[in-house]
Amino acid sequence: MTAVIKLENVHKTYHTGDVEVLAVRGVTLEIAPGEFVAIMGASGSGKSTMMNIIGCLDRPTEGAYFLDGVDVSHLDRDELAAIRNKKLGFVFQGFNLLSRTSALENVELPMLYTHDRLSSAVQREHAIHALQIVGLADRADHYPNQLSGGQQQRVAIARGLVNHPAVLLADEPTGNLDTHTSVEVMGVFQKLNEAGITIVMVTHELDIAAFTKRNVIMRDGLVVNDTLVERRSFAEEALRRLDQAHQAVKLSA
Amino acid sequence: MRIAATLRMALRALRRNKMRSMLTALGIIIGVGAVIAMVGIGNGAKSQVEAQIASLGQNVVLVFAGNWSSGGVRSGWGGAGTMTVDDALAISREVPGVINVSPEVRDRQQIQANGLNWNTQILGEGPDYLDIREWPLQDGAMFTDQDVRGTTKVCIVGKTIVTQLFPNEGPVGKSLRIRDIPFKVLGVLSPKGLSVMGSDQDDVVIIPYTSEMKRVSKRTNLSSISVQSSSPEFSDIVQRGISDLLRQRHRLGANRDDDFTIRGQQEIADAATATTRIMTVLLGAIASVSLIVGGIGIMNIMLVSVTERTREIGIRMAVGAHGRDILLQFLIEAITLSSLGGVIGIVLGVGSAKLLSAIAGWPTLVSVTSVVLAFLFSAAVGVFFGFYPARKASNLDPIDALRYE
Repeated sequence: MTAVIKLENVHKTYHTGDVEVLAVRGVTLEIAPGEFVAIMGASGSGKSTMMNIIGCLDRPTEGAYFLDGVDVSHLDRDELAAIRNKKLGFVFQGFNLLSRTSALENVELPMLYTHDRLSSAVQREHAIHALQIVGLADRADHYPNQLSGGQQQRVAIARGLVNHPAVLLADEPTGNLDTHTSVEVMGVFQKLNEAGITIVMVTHELDIAAFTKRNVIMRDGLVVNDTLVERRSFAEEALRRLDQAHQAVKLSA
Repeated sequence: MRIAATLRMALRALRRNKMRSMLTALGIIIGVGAVIAMVGIGNGAKSQVEAQIASLGQNVVLVFAGNWSSGGVRSGWGGAGTMTVDDALAISREVPGVINVSPEVRDRQQIQANGLNWNTQILGEGPDYLDIREWPLQDGAMFTDQDVRGTTKVCIVGKTIVTQLFPNEGPVGKSLRIRDIPFKVLGVLSPKGLSVMGSDQDDVVIIPYTSEMKRVSKRTNLSSISVQSSSPEFSDIVQRGISDLLRQRHRLGANRDDDFTIRGQQEIADAATATTRIMTVLLGAIASVSLIVGGIGIMNIMLVSVTERTREIGIRMAVGAHGRDILLQFLIEAITLSSLGGVIGIVLGVGSAKLLSAIAGWPTLVSVTSVVLAFLFSAAVGVFFGFYPARKASNLDPIDALRYE
């Protein structure tokens, strides 16, 4: 099967004043459809830059990037925007939902910018379907400030899914969540992945990375380790354990 | 991206900050309101002057006796004394396009009736004078050619004369005395009000010009001649015809100035409306300044809004918004703000113009054109002052915008 993401010797150099920052220094990486990959590394390792490039928010200074078979390394701003809209779904650390805008309308947002626009009734239908997938159809009319962190992140995931992207990208999706909610959100990702959706996630937490299938570790702008996860965590099991622990604390108290 | 969806988004964004939106729109509201009210006042004044001009009559050309100069001494207007009844008859006979001519002599006299007396203007005129001035009689009849030929002692009087000398009775059939000569009142003029210069046009006694010249002032020359041309297009031809004829009749060589002055109605109208036009432009210009200041207010708030919503812009770009989608969104927001202010301003401007009419008694005239123009201008202010902030928003880098705190 052809890779959905294929990076060939990708470099990214920033110029801040007179100083050249070599953020990514030659990464070659292939991700096949249906994979669930965690890109890991300390801050400054280049993983965020990698995420920006994979997310078509930034272009590599050198090397080639094929997304879903298309070379996107030389597209302009508007072309990249169109690719993001069609082929990518984003989930951010800070949820990044529009405030004072209902969950449903947040999920509809990417469809507003789609080239071949659907009627508003169809948009609504798609948005509700995406909310059903993340289990929040009953909260469609709620505003972000009426939702918990985990629920907000699930709305964000629904937004990422609504245009049926080739890849779902998640940048530290559990960074703002407590352990229990983090595991819940990872459960959503695992379910989506089982349904065949390719997910690429950036995280620095090992236990979160354990929920994925493959870990890519970066250091100083290079991939230093690329392994399949051997002892994979599963959300349902982890949640049960957390509940038991919680119960135990309660009993002993 | 569809306009309807963008418009909805803009309205929501404006509703989110109601107070701020209202204050921002207030600049435009005041600007547009001021423009509408000021131009309304200017136009009202202009239309009043135009109504006065129209009271001169239709297609009227006035020929005034000119001045003379001799050895460096110059007489004033009318001093030439060279314009005669024969000139008037010649104009009527020989100048094409002329339909009515009335020779005119003007004088001021003390008049008496009913034991009351009054100083008023005596006009010696031809029988066509009221047709030229389009001045109907309220009562009685105008004197005729026969009265002119017979230098009859008859007159028609203006409304003011009736008030002053005949307070209790209808004057028709009664008589009044001009320089102790009794004149029989044949008719009463309908009131005409103030002239362009502000004098009372109804304070007048009109008698046949022959009677005026032979019996009252004992003069042989005319003060002026009122001429009516058949249509406005003829006005120029008639003026030239009169000029040529009079120069020839007065034997003026090529190197001598006219001893008469010809004024078309249009020139008089132009001179009189020039002032009010300048006033309208001036008032409008001052009001426009406040509209521009309002626009700067919009620009300021839009810049703040772009900064505040940097993250939102980042999110929109991340999910696929093009630069022009963002540009359109913020531009529409600015235009909505300014047009909203425009609409409220129009209501306020029309209202205050009406209020001024009612309270101060100023004539105001709010034209549809000025309302449409003010609205379009307010929308244009939105485009002009909204473009820079919108462009700034659309040029943001999505990565930086997403990271913005």
